[in-house]
Amino acid sequence: MGILKTFALGGVHPEENKLSSHAAIEVLPVPKQVIVPLGQNLGAPSKAIVKKGDKVKVGQLIAEAGGFISANIHSPVSGTVLKIDPAIDSTGYRRPCVFITVEGDEWDENIDKTDTLKAEIALTPEEIVNRIKSAGIVGLGGATFPTSVKLMPPPGKTAEFLIINGVECEPYLTSDHRVMLEKGKEIMVGIQILMKALKVEKAFIGIENNKKDAIAYLSELSQSYQGIEVVPLKVQYPQGGEKQLIKAVVNREVPSGKLPIEVGCVVQNVGTALAVYEAVQKNKPLIERVVTVTGKGVKKPSNFLVRIGTPVEQLIEAAEGLPENTGKVISGGPMMGKSLTSLDAPVVKGTSGILIMEKEESGRKTESPCIRCSKCTYVCPMGLEPFLLSKAAKLGKFEMAENEMIMDCIECGSCQYTCPANIPLLDYLRLGKLKVGQAIRNRNKK
Amino acid sequence: MNKFTISGSPHVHGDESTKKVMYGVVIAMIPAVLVGVYYFGLDAVRVLLLAVAASLFFEWLIQKYLIKGSLTINDGSALVTGILVALNVPSNLPGWMVIIGALVAIGMAKMSFGGLGKNVFNPALVARVFLLVSFPVQMTSWPKPMPITDGLVDVITGPTPLGIVKEGLGNGQTMSQLSTELPSYTQDMVGNIGGSLGEVSALALILGGVYMLWRKIITWHIPVSVLATVAIFSGIFWGFDPEHYADPMFHMLTGGLMLGAIYMATDMVTSPMTKSGQLVFGFGVGLLTILIRMWGAYPEGVSFAILIMNAVVPLINKGFKPRRFGVKPGVEVKA
Repeated sequence: MGILKTFALGGVHPEENKLSSHAAIEVLPVPKQVIVPLGQNLGAPSKAIVKKGDKVKVGQLIAEAGGFISANIHSPVSGTVLKIDPAIDSTGYRRPCVFITVEGDEWDENIDKTDTLKAEIALTPEEIVNRIKSAGIVGLGGATFPTSVKLMPPPGKTAEFLIINGVECEPYLTSDHRVMLEKGKEIMVGIQILMKALKVEKAFIGIENNKKDAIAYLSELSQSYQGIEVVPLKVQYPQGGEKQLIKAVVNREVPSGKLPIEVGCVVQNVGTALAVYEAVQKNKPLIERVVTVTGKGVKKPSNFLVRIGTPVEQLIEAAEGLPENTGKVISGGPMMGKSLTSLDAPVVKGTSGILIMEKEESGRKTESPCIRCSKCTYVCPMGLEPFLLSKAAKLGKFEMAENEMIMDCIECGSCQYTCPANIPLLDYLRLGKLKVGQAIRNRNKK
Repeated sequence: MNKFTISGSPHVHGDESTKKVMYGVVIAMIPAVLVGVYYFGLDAVRVLLLAVAASLFFEWLIQKYLIKGSLTINDGSALVTGILVALNVPSNLPGWMVIIGALVAIGMAKMSFGGLGKNVFNPALVARVFLLVSFPVQMTSWPKPMPITDGLVDVITGPTPLGIVKEGLGNGQTMSQLSTELPSYTQDMVGNIGGSLGEVSALALILGGVYMLWRKIITWHIPVSVLATVAIFSGIFWGFDPEHYADPMFHMLTGGLMLGAIYMATDMVTSPMTKSGQLVFGFGVGLLTILIRMWGAYPEGVSFAILIMNAVVPLINKGFKPRRFGVKPGVEVKA
């Protein structure tokens, strides 16, 4: 193997800590109650169409998309709707959720529950997109952008390449890795479906070189599928970022402020490809996903197949409990994940992992003055100057922050990870993005 | 109910710290310090200890009684400044002058601007220039290098190679006439020449520079652009008139150039933030150095060159931005 491809600007290499990479996916038992948040995807929250007391089956539609950028939600369990009430979700806010008391496990009869591989793609591109849309599929890498929207390029734009994101650049997380190893064939069919929907001839699967077994397995499988190529990538964070992945795989740069379709690319996560397979071939909506439960103190780092709405606590129990000196529980990876306020928070479509950190590693180090070392600038994958942007945000100079392209920040955290002075750069950058975003929206209204 | 820490991502941090960066610079200066002690003996030890102790003391004093803020004298930055002050003065400088140098570096150049990270000019260089203009005689009476292995002998002073050239050429002599008085390149490399305590051995300084590159404390951009600019400009003049201009190798190996290019111009706080900006900065330092050495009143110009370029850094930072992702060079993007 020659020099591995990667993206051009910046990047860091945190300790990988893939503790659960050898733990095969286990099916977690259906919980007694699920809490299904209505806001699970990027964009508008969904609208509940069930009410208290309704009986639901697994896979039955319980909430409809609340707008163009939104997604349907299906019941992950069978049982009775207990209530629709606000509850703390992974964002830490109380937001409307559908509570369902589980009774048995009765699936919607249209869903094909068998494991047999169905490789034949019978649907037309339009039917595929509609099926994906009605199945409520969103990007499972964590960004939760509705998948069907990505499959409908705006007028005048056409897709040339489909890029499948098997990078999993976040330390600790292994759910995509396991899915690639255990559901390789389904992923291949899923990719073929996505290719058909997008009318593209070529798909690449980008995988970082710390998953050599997945690279080998999918490369072998790809021999029997037209137009699919596995691209091994150098381990470099944040390679799973859409723009970074496109740059790494096809060496194209998405222009500032534009979407990947601008350079003829559509990126989908491997987990999404699997969900697409299940939706299109098996008629199964997005009601479960693979979640990594991991951390240095976790007794049994695991990968679980979990129904959406399962409280995080049950996943932790299944991994043999919350360690004694837990300081922080994160939904997602250590670089971009959100710290949870409560273990009652449910698993949602975007939950890729639950990371449990020990007390000693949970706090932040004391901040000291910026020594202008430029390391944040060197590692920024977007070519920004985090020290300057954070200063601008801190001082309320949002116009300056906008001119210095703060909206291009992908919040990967590389700057803050690197900062020798332990400055919470990303905190300030987020504040700046929020304010600049508001200013832009106000301007556009006028 | 469990109490968890709630904070924004990222939840992990790399192992860099200000302290590690500063002590990395200290480690990088060890070869130059050892060479200084080898050639200038106990006097060098005296200057080093005085400069470091005074720098730490003044930082502590100012933080404790003037600013009344948190004490950060163990972050290593005052230690670096102290060593750099020592490396920048002749080893026979009277002790009280060394202490004044430390006071100027810490008090005037660093703390009065707001402390670590806020200063515009390199503190040790401010001290060097302050001492040079205040005590021109003592600051230019360079002790001759006497290997410590020769035993303790009386210190003899003599001019630096740059001083010999400046004065000789000024008196109408040619380079070939001067060549007998000048040390060989080997002597320049190991440090067997007159000069400030820490600037004499190009080899020791380069060694420390390589260490800092490896530790990613500095990038190659500033040292290389400074040295290349000096080499190219001195080379042009030398090429036309080798009798009246010293050769590029001589310029690179003598005076404070190596010390300046590797340790002073690369000072994070007072150099540009982007690599392109650093190249421009280095070019400016190199050019000004040569201009001062060839036509200025002083034989040596590195300190002035760096301080002048320090003042230009904010402008360079404005003009030289990193390459933005998704922006074609030269194309103005308005969000």
